[in-house]
Amino acid sequence: MIRLEARPEPSRLAAWISPLVAAGATVVLGVVLFAALGKNPVAALSAFFVEPIASRYGIGELLLKATPLMLIATGLAIGYRANVWNIGAEGQLTLGAMGAGGIALAFGDSDSALVLPGMLVAGALCGLAWAAIPALLRTRFNANEILTSLMLVYVANLWLSLLVHGAWRDPEGYNFPQSKLFAASALLPNLLPDTRLNIGLIVALVIVAAAWVFVRKSFAGYRMRVAGLAPAAANYAGISADRTVWLGMLIGGACAGLAGAGEAAGPIGQLLPSMSPGYGFAAIIVAFVGRLHPVGIVLASLLMSLLYLGGESAQIRLGLPSAVTGLFQGTLLLFLLAADVFVNFRVRLTRAWIRLST
Amino acid sequence: MDTAVHLIALTLAAGTPLVFASLGELVTEKSGVLNLGVEGMMLVGAVCAFIVTAKTHSPWAGVAAGMAAGAALSLVFAVVALSLLANQVATGLALSLFGVGLSAFVGLDYISVVIEGLKPVAIPNVSSLPIFGELLFAHNPLVYLSLALFGGVELFLHRTRAGLVLRAVGESPQAAHAIGYRVVAIRYAAVVFGGACAGLGGAYLAVAYTPSWVEGMTAGRGWIALALVVFATWKPARVLLGAYLFGGVTLAQFQVQAAGIEMPSQILAMLPYLATIIVLTIISRDAATIRLNAPASLGKPFHPDA
Repeated sequence: MIRLEARPEPSRLAAWISPLVAAGATVVLGVVLFAALGKNPVAALSAFFVEPIASRYGIGELLLKATPLMLIATGLAIGYRANVWNIGAEGQLTLGAMGAGGIALAFGDSDSALVLPGMLVAGALCGLAWAAIPALLRTRFNANEILTSLMLVYVANLWLSLLVHGAWRDPEGYNFPQSKLFAASALLPNLLPDTRLNIGLIVALVIVAAAWVFVRKSFAGYRMRVAGLAPAAANYAGISADRTVWLGMLIGGACAGLAGAGEAAGPIGQLLPSMSPGYGFAAIIVAFVGRLHPVGIVLASLLMSLLYLGGESAQIRLGLPSAVTGLFQGTLLLFLLAADVFVNFRVRLTRAWIRLST
Repeated sequence: MDTAVHLIALTLAAGTPLVFASLGELVTEKSGVLNLGVEGMMLVGAVCAFIVTAKTHSPWAGVAAGMAAGAALSLVFAVVALSLLANQVATGLALSLFGVGLSAFVGLDYISVVIEGLKPVAIPNVSSLPIFGELLFAHNPLVYLSLALFGGVELFLHRTRAGLVLRAVGESPQAAHAIGYRVVAIRYAAVVFGGACAGLGGAYLAVAYTPSWVEGMTAGRGWIALALVVFATWKPARVLLGAYLFGGVTLAQFQVQAAGIEMPSQILAMLPYLATIIVLTIISRDAATIRLNAPASLGKPFHPDA
């Protein structure tokens, strides 16, 4: 029989290897899937993982899509460390885009240098406010934040749909459900010529670094880590569980809101009925694959971004459905969670097994 | 009078997928396992049921396929969360994300396909009775199946020895293990049952309720089903009540529009989600009741050595 034996301490080595194992297993599964669909696996892998980033423009796209992912995952990871399960980042992103879009539509013609910072702040605040709802319901009424934050994703998307079909619809837009294009003063400046990459990446990296300082060096961050690792000890030490929930939710919401503002003021440049191809959910995977650690999250966001680009490229080159991206995202997380068994356990073959097999 | 009866009949039909999914999740949770993958299992159940129905022209074969697909997906959860002892919340989330992706992928060629779905059966003679005919005897066969499932779950949990063992495993896996019950095997069974029920709920949507396949067609019903289990404080009868309550809320949007009241469709479409939040909040407010009724080991991994 195979038996799992608890390790006295989690293995740090296994903790860093298991994301690589998971990524490798996902690629292997991809090869099998491509072969089963009658595609040349080598050509498919190349279309998926190499061609999208073989050009300067491609690198720009990779970093562009990684930006919201690392931003959201960083915010979520702070909550997840403390066992605060905000899974509604997609909705908080939507609210952030709405907040930024509202500012852009109201003041976009003013040419003021304050429009763009105003949009980013409004986006972060709107995301924060949307995340405050599950935080309030959890701390005040004990309602499970997983379910409430997720329900609010649907509400947020319907609210955005209501606005772009109604009050914020472009009067000259031939009745399409979309807002006016934002003015130049409401768009993030370009970072790398000949690409769509904008300075949102710098903002995101600064926030990732700041989050690392918060988690590792601040007292509030320390209290949150204790609350996650040992809730009973945290309680005994007088660390407020409510405060932990509030901080975890609000930071996650603000980061997701900022990411939404970055999408509105960046690659999209207006408000559409859907502002994200599921970045809020993909960021959950990024947070886990990145081991809730800033460096890991940056790397994982690049991998996840590549999965998005690969899906688009495989659709164009090989006629593979781009839905394959969602499939790979889920697979990656499942493999990671499975591989994590080696972090906390040793696998032992017991005598019965050895006797049977000889 | 007729409209009222008609509305009640529609409410039963709209609540049925929630009855299936919530009852399944309730049994899973009673064994101490929290599987957040209901949405994914429902979607995969729906798409498999639809494809098999389209291929075989037999909705019943489709329903069976939907159940099997939901059960198969739940087995993935069971391996990762029960055998490999991963965090159940994270694994369930992963299963939902995976199910959304998988169903979108395999269902791609079936989006505009038309199938002959499962039709309501009018039971001869009695279905033409005034009022009671439509109310009781003219439903889709799966609606009756969901009621039978409710009866079965209620009896199983509270009137059988196996149900008692399942609940014991959920309350104290250590104690159940100590007296010789195979905790992990029992939890596997409970998870697979939950998966089959979620798949059945999805199948109902795809071959009976709307006969069609649309990406993400469950529209959050899997998550609402999870909320319903909390709302029901883990009691099957209250699951039934909650499911029909939410069935009624989903209908409200069509009824308001039919009544000619001017209101943006988006506001009406928000109602089920807002109702879920409100109801969950009201029920959870009483923390003591939740603590008393929730299976004591819910969500905690079990390893005999640890």
